Amino acid sequence: MEENDLKNKFKVVVIGGSAGSLSVLFEMLPALRTDLSIAIILVLHRKNSADSSLSALLSTKTLIPTREVEDKDPILPGNIYLAPADYHLLIEKDYIFSLDYSEKVNFSRPSLDVTFESAADVFGPDLTAILLSGANDDGTEGLIAVKKTDGFAIAQKPESAQMPFMPQHAISNMEIDLVLDIKGISDFINSLATH
Amino acid sequence: MYNMTIEDEEIDLLLNDVFEIYGYDFTSYSRASLKRRIIRLCALDKFPSFAELRYRIRSEEDYLKRFVEEITVNVTEMFRDPSFYKVLRTDILPILGTKPFIRIWHAGCSTGEEVFSMAIMLHEANLLKKSLLYATDLNPSVLEKVRKGIFPLTQMKQYSENYIASGGTKDFSTYYTANYGQAKLNQELSEKIIISTHNLVSDGSFNEFDLILCRNVLIYFDKDLQERALKLFDDSLGTLGFLALGSKETLKFSTIQSRFRQLDKEKIWKKMI
Repeated sequence: MEENDLKNKFKVVVIGGSAGSLSVLFEMLPALRTDLSIAIILVLHRKNSADSSLSALLSTKTLIPTREVEDKDPILPGNIYLAPADYHLLIEKDYIFSLDYSEKVNFSRPSLDVTFESAADVFGPDLTAILLSGANDDGTEGLIAVKKTDGFAIAQKPESAQMPFMPQHAISNMEIDLVLDIKGISDFINSLATH
Repeated sequence: MYNMTIEDEEIDLLLNDVFEIYGYDFTSYSRASLKRRIIRLCALDKFPSFAELRYRIRSEEDYLKRFVEEITVNVTEMFRDPSFYKVLRTDILPILGTKPFIRIWHAGCSTGEEVFSMAIMLHEANLLKKSLLYATDLNPSVLEKVRKGIFPLTQMKQYSENYIASGGTKDFSTYYTANYGQAKLNQELSEKIIISTHNLVSDGSFNEFDLILCRNVLIYFDKDLQERALKLFDDSLGTLGFLALGSKETLKFSTIQSRFRQLDKEKIWKKMI
């Protein structure tokens, strides 16, 4: 397998959300700098229809190129990638996406744990994983994997979440690096982008 | 998800064993997915270490069978992506219907849900009698399920909804007999299905087809193996034949793309030369 050139390394942010996370993105995306030198990957629990209109909707909130992932698409800085409905989203060592239609994890496909773990494996310390609003416990195991490979773990401040259970579950069960409200999250991503 | 880390070099060793001893070549499978499947298998079968999984595979042929079953993903459903089946039903089958004889290949068919979906649509279009559906997979145990045509009854509600959304107008329950929590699909649907093992990694073209379906199989392959499989499909399609892939799969990275034209919305391509 071809190794990624070290010079081309860039930071990656994986954002996982479930119920109540869409409104967070609607508020957060317009606040992001458009000259991002990082890649942002969104994994959201949603209805498993093949309908791709969510990426079109998210595109209206930012000038950063935003699209739904197709199998084996490369990961490049300056882009926002959305996990397609009803597939797990995995990442290969050579910075390309692979899709996977195996069993649901935490009753979910895409599962946040699956993408967090796969991203941790590939990006290690270059990864920031952010867990947003949601009503189940998907994501916590994944954030633990992110910490294990020296990545950075952020949870949305439960008081700022429509559904506080998911970020609260992570905060209660592991060592989260930062707990941020919505503005805090967009400020943090902007600060990554300029370093 | 599972508390075990496996180094990439260890996976290389294991895949090398499996190839050298048993002839199954998984070395060009998508590594991220494969790694997950191997870690999952270690958890399911409670191997305390990776070395013990490797030893068991090397020494027990029966366990290799289980390894192949669990490493490959066999999740599928009837009429998955109803809009795709609707296009097949309304746009593709009428074209195929003009031929004296219809040959269809379901490559990597797993337990056969999509093959039976196709058989139902051909039946409803009055084309089943002059059709042959080749159902192939590398894994003999999933093909045994295709042969039986028995699926969990609990799935039928979902399949019935998919069927209706795909444009089906009959009562879906007339296609199976329910018994002891199982649904046995009608025998007439199986009569035109030919079942055989075929490995997209190592086997070649074996016939010329009017339609090849290979949905959500290529996602488990790396780009090189995808290219091999796509060339094999190209070699196995007649001119103006159709190739159908999964909803997030694409020809955009392949050299065969220039010879194919994609239909409007769905992941269906027509071979132009």
